[in-house]
Amino acid sequence: MKKVKVYVTLRESVLDPQGSAVKGSLHTMGYKEVADVRIGKYLELQIEPSDRDLNVVVKEMCEKLLTNTVIEDYRFEVEEAN
Amino acid sequence: MKFAVLVFPGSNCDLDMYHAIKDELGEEAEYVWHDTKDLSSYDGILLPGGFSYGDYLRCGAIARSSNVMTEVVKAAEAGKPILGVCNGFQILTEAGLLPGALLRNKNLKFMCRTVDLKVVNNNTQFTNQYAKDEIIKVPIAHGEGNYYCDEDTLQSLKDNNQIVFTYSSENPNGSLEDIAGIVNERGNVLGMMPHPERAVNELIGGADGLAVFKSIVKQWRESHVNQA
Repeated sequence: MKKVKVYVTLRESVLDPQGSAVKGSLHTMGYKEVADVRIGKYLELQIEPSDRDLNVVVKEMCEKLLTNTVIEDYRFEVEEAN
Repeated sequence: MKFAVLVFPGSNCDLDMYHAIKDELGEEAEYVWHDTKDLSSYDGILLPGGFSYGDYLRCGAIARSSNVMTEVVKAAEAGKPILGVCNGFQILTEAGLLPGALLRNKNLKFMCRTVDLKVVNNNTQFTNQYAKDEIIKVPIAHGEGNYYCDEDTLQSLKDNNQIVFTYSSENPNGSLEDIAGIVNERGNVLGMMPHPERAVNELIGGADGLAVFKSIVKQWRESHVNQA
């Protein structure tokens, strides 16, 4: 069994109003050193062993459903599941 | 003309859509559940607003993979008129039937009010009953209606006259170039954030949306007379 960690973020070219609001809030609290905040998503998948290439399958899942590549970028890490 | 009103778990404008077709337009309408595997008996397909699958993952992302969407793609390829309103628009972009995506409103607020729309393109099967640049009043109700696409896509939308409606007096959600509704290149799939089905009778505050449905029927009748 493998654990796959998928990180999804808005593309650089896409405005992130949530991130901007959080940045404003951090500035109000005195954290002036915060230059930018981007908010994304984190997904964990538990994947059973199969004869398909794990990297290929995860990439497919990311592009078909887990992310919308018009507005989002993703990266993933594969670990041994406990 | 017989319309399918698609119903996903979490759709909530399906009744308004049905009412608009049946009672105001006087055409046939049927509710069609999301697991349906055949839409061949319908002349037009309507994707209503709401929060399909609770907007989980992304608006429209889960609905996009339901059985009925395979049939919607076939209907689009067959040239049938397909209208997606609000969540329906989001589903059509997720399904790749329309370019771009709908992002969170720029001000992060759910916007619920009547807005002025400009009919930028009245030469479509959804807007032939409007005048060019006519200003109409149609309600909006969404938290994620901020239309976005990359520069190349925007240019091709302009080159092909695919921008159909724009926000006129104010831009309520930060959408690119005030875009409120677009068609696909072929012109038979329209997605729009405002709700024409909620503006079909003066009793409910206005009837400016009814012409969207009248346009579809007019085009359909004409194309079928020509074939006969």
